[in-house]
Amino acid sequence: MKTPLSRRTLLKGSLAVGAGLTIGVPLAGRAPRAGAQGSGVFAPNQWLKIDRDGVVTMVNSVPEMGQGSLTTTAMIIADELDTSLDKMKIEQAPANPALYANPVTKSQSYGGSRGVRDHIEMWRKSAAAAREMLKQAAANEWGVPVESVDTEPDTVIHKPSGRRLAYGQLVDKAQQLPVPQNPKLKTPDQFRYIGKMVKRRDTPEKVTGKAIYGMDVQLPGMLVASIERCPVIGGKAKSFDATATKGIKGVKDVVQVSNGVAVVADTFWAALKGRRALKVQWDEGALAQVSTPLINQEYERLSKQPGQVARNDGDAQKALAAGGHVVEAVYQVPFLEHACMEPMNATAQVTPEQCTIWAPTQSPGGAQATGARLTGLPPAKVVVHTTLLGGGFGRRGNQDFVIDAVEVAKTTKGVPVKVMWTREDDITHGFYRPATYNVFRAALDANGVPTAWLTRVVAPGLRIQRGMTKAGDVDEAAVEALRNMPYDIPNLRIEFTNKDYGIPLGFWRSVGASQNGFIVEGFVDELAHAAKKDPVEFRRALLGKSPRHKAVLELVAQKANWGAPLPAGHALGCAVVYSYESYAATVAEVSVARDGAVRVHRLVCGIDAGLAVNPEQVKAQMEGGAVYALTAVYYGRITVDKGRVQQSNFHDYKMLRINEMPVVEVHILDSGNKVGGLGEPGVPTVAPAVCNAIYAATGKRIRQLPIDTGLLKRA
Amino acid sequence: MVSLVVNGISRSIDVEPDMPLLWALRDTLALTGTKYGCGIAQCGACIVHVDGQPVRACVTPVSAAVGKRVTTIEGLSATGDHPVQKAWMEVDVPQCGFCQPGQIMSAAALLAAKPSPTDADIDTAMSGNICRCGTYQRIRAAIHRAAVLGKGGRS
Repeated sequence: MKTPLSRRTLLKGSLAVGAGLTIGVPLAGRAPRAGAQGSGVFAPNQWLKIDRDGVVTMVNSVPEMGQGSLTTTAMIIADELDTSLDKMKIEQAPANPALYANPVTKSQSYGGSRGVRDHIEMWRKSAAAAREMLKQAAANEWGVPVESVDTEPDTVIHKPSGRRLAYGQLVDKAQQLPVPQNPKLKTPDQFRYIGKMVKRRDTPEKVTGKAIYGMDVQLPGMLVASIERCPVIGGKAKSFDATATKGIKGVKDVVQVSNGVAVVADTFWAALKGRRALKVQWDEGALAQVSTPLINQEYERLSKQPGQVARNDGDAQKALAAGGHVVEAVYQVPFLEHACMEPMNATAQVTPEQCTIWAPTQSPGGAQATGARLTGLPPAKVVVHTTLLGGGFGRRGNQDFVIDAVEVAKTTKGVPVKVMWTREDDITHGFYRPATYNVFRAALDANGVPTAWLTRVVAPGLRIQRGMTKAGDVDEAAVEALRNMPYDIPNLRIEFTNKDYGIPLGFWRSVGASQNGFIVEGFVDELAHAAKKDPVEFRRALLGKSPRHKAVLELVAQKANWGAPLPAGHALGCAVVYSYESYAATVAEVSVARDGAVRVHRLVCGIDAGLAVNPEQVKAQMEGGAVYALTAVYYGRITVDKGRVQQSNFHDYKMLRINEMPVVEVHILDSGNKVGGLGEPGVPTVAPAVCNAIYAATGKRIRQLPIDTGLLKRA
Repeated sequence: MVSLVVNGISRSIDVEPDMPLLWALRDTLALTGTKYGCGIAQCGACIVHVDGQPVRACVTPVSAAVGKRVTTIEGLSATGDHPVQKAWMEVDVPQCGFCQPGQIMSAAALLAAKPSPTDADIDTAMSGNICRCGTYQRIRAAIHRAAVLGKGGRS
């Protein structure tokens, strides 16, 4: 079988545009001595290269999913290299874990708000090394000590003599020099871009429709497929009748794949019509016996039994038994789906020689491994082009949509095929944020100081299900932002019981902190009110050992005028949560209408992410986290009936809309600490701040999400 | 064959008349700026203008656009300098950006009808467009800015 189209043709034909980046052009690998003679390119490492015209090209390894990696990565490199950011070209890294794996996780897979925080040191060193080599090359040329030369953007200068050499003039000489292993980094006062407000580089393409997402990949002769999936999660096709489907204009083929039955057609519309005409017999599998009420009943039953100990300071049970003012509560959260604006999709082309994948993936390395596993080709023969992602939020680290594309492409004889999910596929076949059931018990002494705290979590272990934590161990995600809660309480016990029915679980923006921020900060608020203390003051008194929590909480309290008079019916609530190496706090201003409708007027958010590399994008991520969280507060709930997800599209799995958008103020606390994450830390404080404000407004405590406004209705 | 005028150019395409305009634009005419988000007129990612009015291309059969002027994000302006696009760039609205073509087409239609919209006008006109990245606050600011920049966009 012959490849009908060369890769070069495909790239030229389709993907040369898109958010200022070219996709997947491989670069020379890191060489201790760069060495390639006469290439006319200075490429000291895998992250950047400069040609004789002085054009600087950098490689972005972190997929652009909205977090601004194309801009922030470029700022970091441009600063240490001393080049003009606006002239710099960016290429998206190919799948090549040996060159581009995250240095902390060792995998070419991106989540956990790890883009900047895990890479900044390596990127700075790589660019600084390049700058030192260019300086050395110029110093050699001029016969002066390297200490006497400096740089201006894209130019090495020798101030004493006024001599200048552009980077482009130095590439051949610099390429011959050894790469310094410990180059001197800039000090913050020398930064030209880091810490400054820098506009996103991808905006022009995104406002003109030129940006290329996975769904927009178009290749000559390409087919489009859509997969009919079993309504019951995990079910498999037993047999199918495609007679009617094959009679539909545009339908080319119908093939069974792991995730269902694929209709291959010349357009998505034809594939969709083909799906509607398809008759499939399903083997529904074990989840056909599972429904949400059953799950909740079992969680409740298990919550009455001791769980595995995740943290145990002092003796919480003894302290609770000793009495005092005991406060008890149960908090519950549902399964949630990510609902990326771009439904899942991927495109693949499989020939005997090569597997090529175009995917909006958070895991180029995973996509390469998937392609290799499914085709039997070595990973080096699996080329992955990471397109822009229409949202990620953790969903796109999964391989299911890549599996779809490669499996279907194996049947199309070298013709590329794009497999598109419908929104219904997306919501009913997700990887869900776990539903959890949480029992709290705490005791206050006569002064209203907590002496004991017990939390028992019953939940399916997300990491256990995914094989990342050993079965029988405490699931780190289930106790994230709970086990490490900051409050200084002498007797503190956290327990976890794993109860997993097999509903697929995934990393949902802020993962375990998305629910544990809510439950911990909700219950702390209950204790503050039980102690008849101000919620901010109550927390501050318990944060003696957690100065960064305390500082960011104080910042938002001050910015929100905590304690000052408010419009009639308005009330404030607060929360502070550490996640992904960042400290976030929120004050919410809320009012509740007579019919129970909740209006969030304002969210005052504070963030200490160490160093804010691009403050404007820090704010954007916090605004985004707030909306993602508020959607879950108001609407988010996935329920299952006999293994079928009962929600299917935006009419019954609702999203926050602009008319419900509060004012979000973001205040950055630049603490000078190690850079923390930003994609996720904006989420966990919002639900508790809002629900604590609802309590302050109404005296009614929300312990279950989404909010049941019926509980807040007044006669 | 179906004949359409898309971004000022007459096009004849061989598609079934019941095919939604969205798929004719994306799969047949390779105009991928218009996005698919839900297919049931809930999210607004597919909004285009038909004779200047905002229309959800995912539920509009291509036959309904025959003889009318269809404008997509690619045709909103020749060089990306429609006041809405300029304002979007000034305010740095997009994050992932996937919903933004639909947001921009809604906003351009709003400004064409109401050159100086209030916040309430914006809520009404834009509440049919979902953004999962949470850019609503910037969208609101950018629409006010676009009103200043151009006193309304035309398409």
